[in-house]
Amino acid sequence: MRHRARALLGGFVLVPGVAAAAPLQDALHAYGIQAAHIGRLWNFTLGLCTLVFGAIFVVFLWALWRAPRVRVNETPPDLASLVHPERRLHRAVGWSTGIATLGLLLLLAADVFTSRALAHLPLENAVNIELIGHEWWWEARYHHADPARDFVTANELHIPVGRPVVVTLRSNDVIHTLWVPNLHGKRDMIPGRTSTLQLRADHAGTYRGQCAEFCGLEHAKMAMVVEAEPNAAYEAWAARQRQDAAAPATAQALRGRELFETSNCASCHTIEGTRANGKAAPDLTHLAGRTTLAAGILPNDGAHLAAWIGDPQSLKQGVYMPATTLKPDDLQALVTYLGTLK
Amino acid sequence: MSMAKSPAPPRLAPRDAAQLHQTWSDPPGIIGWFSAINHKTISLRFMVTTFVFFVLGGLLALAIRVQLAQPDGKTVGPDMYNQLFTMHGSTMMFLFAVPVMQAVATYLVPLMIGSRSVAFPRMNAFAYWIFTLGGIMLFVAFLVGAGPDAGWFAYVPLSLLQFSPGKRVDIWAQMITFTEMAGLMEAIVLITTILKMRAPGMTLNRMPLFVWTILATSFMVLFSMPAVMLASTALITDRLVNTQFYNPLKGGDALLWQHLFWFFGHPEVYMIFIPPLGFISTIVATFSRRPVVGYPAMVLAVIATAFLAFGLWVHHMFATNLPELGKTFFTAASLMIAIPTAIQIFCWIATLWTGRLDLRTPLLFVLAFFVILVIGGLTGLMLASVSLDTQLHDSFFVVAHLHYVLMGGAVFPLFGAFYYWFPKFTGRMLGETLGKWNFWLFFIGFNLTFFPMHVLGLQGMPRRVYTYPREMEWGSLNMVATIGAFMMAVSVLLFIVNVVRSRRRGAVAGNDPWGAGTLEWSVASPPPPANFELVPVVHARDPLWEAPKLPSHVTGLANDYREILVTSVADAELDHRLWLPASSIWPFLTALATTVLFIGSVFTPWAVVWAAVPVAIGATFWFWPKKDIVEQRTGSERNPLEVES
Repeated sequence: MRHRARALLGGFVLVPGVAAAAPLQDALHAYGIQAAHIGRLWNFTLGLCTLVFGAIFVVFLWALWRAPRVRVNETPPDLASLVHPERRLHRAVGWSTGIATLGLLLLLAADVFTSRALAHLPLENAVNIELIGHEWWWEARYHHADPARDFVTANELHIPVGRPVVVTLRSNDVIHTLWVPNLHGKRDMIPGRTSTLQLRADHAGTYRGQCAEFCGLEHAKMAMVVEAEPNAAYEAWAARQRQDAAAPATAQALRGRELFETSNCASCHTIEGTRANGKAAPDLTHLAGRTTLAAGILPNDGAHLAAWIGDPQSLKQGVYMPATTLKPDDLQALVTYLGTLK
Repeated sequence: MSMAKSPAPPRLAPRDAAQLHQTWSDPPGIIGWFSAINHKTISLRFMVTTFVFFVLGGLLALAIRVQLAQPDGKTVGPDMYNQLFTMHGSTMMFLFAVPVMQAVATYLVPLMIGSRSVAFPRMNAFAYWIFTLGGIMLFVAFLVGAGPDAGWFAYVPLSLLQFSPGKRVDIWAQMITFTEMAGLMEAIVLITTILKMRAPGMTLNRMPLFVWTILATSFMVLFSMPAVMLASTALITDRLVNTQFYNPLKGGDALLWQHLFWFFGHPEVYMIFIPPLGFISTIVATFSRRPVVGYPAMVLAVIATAFLAFGLWVHHMFATNLPELGKTFFTAASLMIAIPTAIQIFCWIATLWTGRLDLRTPLLFVLAFFVILVIGGLTGLMLASVSLDTQLHDSFFVVAHLHYVLMGGAVFPLFGAFYYWFPKFTGRMLGETLGKWNFWLFFIGFNLTFFPMHVLGLQGMPRRVYTYPREMEWGSLNMVATIGAFMMAVSVLLFIVNVVRSRRRGAVAGNDPWGAGTLEWSVASPPPPANFELVPVVHARDPLWEAPKLPSHVTGLANDYREILVTSVADAELDHRLWLPASSIWPFLTALATTVLFIGSVFTPWAVVWAAVPVAIGATFWFWPKKDIVEQRTGSERNPLEVES
């Protein structure tokens, strides 16, 4: 309802952030300084363009209204313009073109100033994230001045509110595009090239991002979660991420880990602190601490996890992960173990 | 050759007229059907073919809209969906929008400039066959489950063998080869026709605005299409023989493709948009009963647009990591191209302002341009900004924008043009009541379909997704869009009904049902095979509106073989007579052989070698001089001594 009302009434205008029920993935609600810069440019451009459209539309309707109606094949053409140059009309066209050109210069200036503002985000004390696109998931490597404090995660970013974040973008296969519209515009991830996106979240919240460049079969199911939280909460999260996976505390979980290490799972996934060190698929060391599965498309709970392991193709047709057939007890053990990876 | 001086419009003697008619007619029978080269015959087939592709592309779009009508749609899976949107985009861009303009142009240009034919009529026929066979190949591939699925833009590395195995992308790349080859040949045909075959007296300054737009467009085709042919050829060699143009792991570059593709792809938008500017100028003039305000400004604006269109391609790449300062240059260029378009819009409004109007269907479709294209142009200004584009790019906002530009800028005027020239093509008027229904359903359906997409894009919906989760709350606007799409489908159906009915039972049009000013309305509807019994001499921009002057016609061209008049480029002064070839089956057969070569090369590079043999044979017979014609021509060369004696 909220969206519908917004779509019909003010659907075009950027409004200051308000809490929303739907996942936030929306260019009209800025929760970071970069999105706010772009939002202001949007409001200005929209206003100017609406004005221009209105002016042209009114003159156009006026022209239609004032012109006499005739029947085309019974009316001889009016050739007066061939004899008498229509100076007033030419002047009107000239002035209108001049005003339009002025409007374009305003737009150009506004764009240049916005680009400058976007480029001047202060970067002291920045969080550095290397984000690597894969068909169809996101690998996130958090870099620290001390390489020993680097860690790897996937499909869910945590960032501290009020601190700048420098995202270095790369791709492992085809072109993907990072787009978290509530925080910033999008930027391509191009194989063989590196680019960066600098952003800052100014409000705590959970934002959704989605791959914006068509990247093959499951382009539609390549989403991510960005959790912006107070710095202390972020640091606590980062500290947890740097730890190895906790050793299983129950026999069932232990059985789960053994299954993970000895089955297909370990050839593609890594769980730090275990023998599983595959690199082709998301790092699962702290899987249970994430809110979604399969690149932002399923809620992370036991039932969905079991369904995903049993038949991932039924949930995400093109995914490269093979279906794993396990006895119900084993599947339960595996899910239980993965559930302990906080 | 001399210029006739009598005031009454001279006509050929009935026997000569019959012979002229016979000379320019297409041969009868099935073989004759495939041998036809008369520009009107080829053009009508070309128009019908492009319209069939338009309908097919529209049906693909309906399937897309059904899938997206609701969240978590289950109508098609991702594999089919990716084929659907790739086929829709490729069909509309390569098999409809650019070629339909060339198809209409090859019909109208000779009639508007007082010529009996297009230049290179056999090549014109060959281009049509190549185009048609390429389009058929694409749809056959789709029907057997090998439809391209890497997008109409086929970005590498996704379209490379590693990520798109199978033959789907090869089919796409060869479809490009077919259509670009046809497009380039049509451009050569049209440029030569316009520059060298105008009736005497039709200086560049008197050329109809529509012909100007076609001239500008054809030059754009000539300069931009080689870029995409190069790009797609490199793509297919990357896939077939392991060249590494685009593979970043082997020193290739993924962005190279985007530069080459958009160096063609952005001008292409204007190749689609500029000919309709000619439709609009023509229809606005006729239906407001006066010449368009500011002819020189209109011509210069068209030329400026054609030039500037080559300087904007990077605005499709604002989300890449190109240098920011460079991007700003392309922002400025993208904004600047709005100026010539604005000039034209202001000139048309000034024309309407001072005109006397008849709101018939052709004008209605053209008036829709002033709402839809203006909105599309303004959203284009938004996309021209680097910063805004980073939010809007690759979202549904762009889908909305491009349809506002291409439908508002091309399809609406094209429908208007069809209502306007249908009487000339067939001799009968299209029904006005159905026409109004056709228009209003299309107009309302269009806005219902595409306006909500602006909002969807701003709400974060990316393009080219086969599904979206319910909790994103994009469902209701998508449903509205789907309902609008079906309204448009009904509208197109009404158009087809109107055409079928009017062809048999429409009001008889006569030469000039609209009281229009340009030369095509001076001949019968439909025009006779030779177009003009006697080639007219032109003294004005609107020869049928302004008082006739002398001399009125040229006499002395042959009636018993296809002879035309060649004139000078700028002032259309008499230059020489040229003998055009007669009908021949060989353009069709050579096109078939070329098709074998192109399709074969999807499967093996050796096809390029072996299939070149039948192509060479076909081309040889194509150019083989006909004995009787050679004798006739050499026989007319007289020994001067004999003449004297």
